[in-house]
Amino acid sequence: MKNLVSALGRGGLKIVQEAGEMALFLLAALGQACRRPFRFRRLMQEIHFIGLKSGLIVLLTASFTGMVLALQGYYTLRKYGSEGALGSAVALSLIRELGPVLTALMVSGRAGSAITAEIGIMRITEQLDALDTMAINPLQYVVMPKLLASLISVPLLTAIFDVVGIMGGYLIGVVLLGVSSGAYFSGIVQSVVSLDINGGMVKSLVFGLTIILVACYKGYFTGRGAEGVSRATTETVVLSAILVLAWDYVLTSFFM
Amino acid sequence: MIELIDVVRTFDGQRVLDGINLTIPRGKITVIIGKSGAGKSVLLKHLVGLLKPERGRILIDGFDITQAKGRQLQECRKKFGVLFQGGALFDSLTVFENVAFPLREKTRLSAAEIAVRTRQRLAQVNLSQEMEDKFPDELSGGMKKRVALARALIEEPEILLFDEPVTGLDPPMTNTVFHLIAKTHQEIGYTGVVVSHDIPAVFQVADYVAMLHQGKIIAWGSPAEVQANPLPMVQGFIRGEVNFLEG
Amino acid sequence: MMKKANLELGVGLFVLAGLACLVYLAVHLGEMEIFGKGYRVTADFDNISGLKLGAAVEVAGVEVGRVEEIQITPGHQARLVLRLREGLKIYDDAIASIRTKGIIGDKFVKLSPGASGAAIGPGGRIRDTESAVEWEELISKYIHGKV
Repeated sequence: MKNLVSALGRGGLKIVQEAGEMALFLLAALGQACRRPFRFRRLMQEIHFIGLKSGLIVLLTASFTGMVLALQGYYTLRKYGSEGALGSAVALSLIRELGPVLTALMVSGRAGSAITAEIGIMRITEQLDALDTMAINPLQYVVMPKLLASLISVPLLTAIFDVVGIMGGYLIGVVLLGVSSGAYFSGIVQSVVSLDINGGMVKSLVFGLTIILVACYKGYFTGRGAEGVSRATTETVVLSAILVLAWDYVLTSFFM
Repeated sequence: MIELIDVVRTFDGQRVLDGINLTIPRGKITVIIGKSGAGKSVLLKHLVGLLKPERGRILIDGFDITQAKGRQLQECRKKFGVLFQGGALFDSLTVFENVAFPLREKTRLSAAEIAVRTRQRLAQVNLSQEMEDKFPDELSGGMKKRVALARALIEEPEILLFDEPVTGLDPPMTNTVFHLIAKTHQEIGYTGVVVSHDIPAVFQVADYVAMLHQGKIIAWGSPAEVQANPLPMVQGFIRGEVNFLEG
Repeated sequence: MMKKANLELGVGLFVLAGLACLVYLAVHLGEMEIFGKGYRVTADFDNISGLKLGAAVEVAGVEVGRVEEIQITPGHQARLVLRLREGLKIYDDAIASIRTKGIIGDKFVKLSPGASGAAIGPGGRIRDTESAVEWEELISKYIHGKV
């Protein structure tokens, strides 16, 4: 019993310690953003990788999410004779919750794991050390552009997700199930307020930074050899997903 | 000149460096030998400030790199070039881009000037122009080492560190790499520190040899002096005796 | 160099597409008031029964504005600040009432603009208001035979 409790304590301390280390890592990396030279081209490369290349998977996920929301929503709302509220149900679910969360999870699965593997391999093959000895700070050259790119890309991807999802819902709700087009859109216009959109965007900023921070951190401090990198990659995906969902709860409770 | 004074470093409770005292003279090549896992690479990383010792000082031309931070450390590192064990070439860049990298990132030289210097270094390590557009994963181990050497030389460093420059290479390639080290040393006149367990091939480039054993420098001198050292550990290592390697 | 141009083109397109979606969400769907057009009037109610910020204001079923603020007056009434569309004229005898769309729909403010007296200008107050109909109250009155 005593062992169990102290194991629990050890685990708790480890989590707190890692969170603190990650925060310091974030500060150190973002501090590099103010240092010259600013590498604009590196930022472009990272937006290309994190943002543009996640576009297709976000489009796919978004349209199916919007479609299934419309399908589920339609059959539930019909029982109360309020099919007219379909638009607002689909749009609010997407803008407040599903858009930011699913976009973050998709980007984490596609780009986050790849970033951990990339940085992890740079660590074990001493490429990070090589940068250091060339008097180029690896935090500035490798990590900082990725973090900035996440702050730009993930909210944009989320906006795309929301709009595409709403169109997917339109396709099923209006074209297939025969809800009136005007009711669908006016429902959205009447129920969505700026707070919903701002809240969704704040969420996506926080999620984006979180997943890419975790990915960079895990890669940067990877264990030894190929096994270390593979473990770091797994940890990235798991930890990102947990953190996104936990943040989602915390932020939702702030905004409501 | 590099001076190490009583340098101590522990990993997981084990003293990898246990009070190292060593002077590495300017403009010469000093070879550090010792069996695998003796801490040679760790020692090398301390020289350039990638690792910090728990105790002791490392003076680079009188400047203590163990206490340096931020800008000072970066200034000090400008004196160094490092040839890492696996080459540490950037995977996403071509051979040309890898060698040009330090110039592109840190200087304001024109693209033409950078190209001239890069080609000059590539020629110096006997790499032809066709190799320029290849990526590191298309190269053999020896090729990678040569590209990495060209990159380490591009800024004409005062001090060049070699971490196991010939490990995993076949004998002809080993000789080629040692020949290149000797040749570039003659041309540029850097202070060289070579970490290797390749006995006796490594003696051909050495001006001085130091042997690291159980965290201490147990022998130091010219290659001939070290080869004549009476200590059983030194003799055992040089002759490659089995019981020594296992003990 | 070709590669570099492609990279920049791709990133540029991505950022444009993302911004377009963001603007569509914010301006079209969220009805973000970029310049705060229209004018504001207030109206005090005994009970607004869960009306939300941003709820619609309608005249003859046409949306003409939004609820911009909800306050509580010193006399414990609910004070709504309504932002109404430019050019909409309402008069002294205008009536604002809280209504519900359908049985479980959203609450909104129904406005009858009136026809006589002076026009209510920016910052003015609508004096005649009808509070929300509380179904529970109606039902209990009916049960206890007070209707």
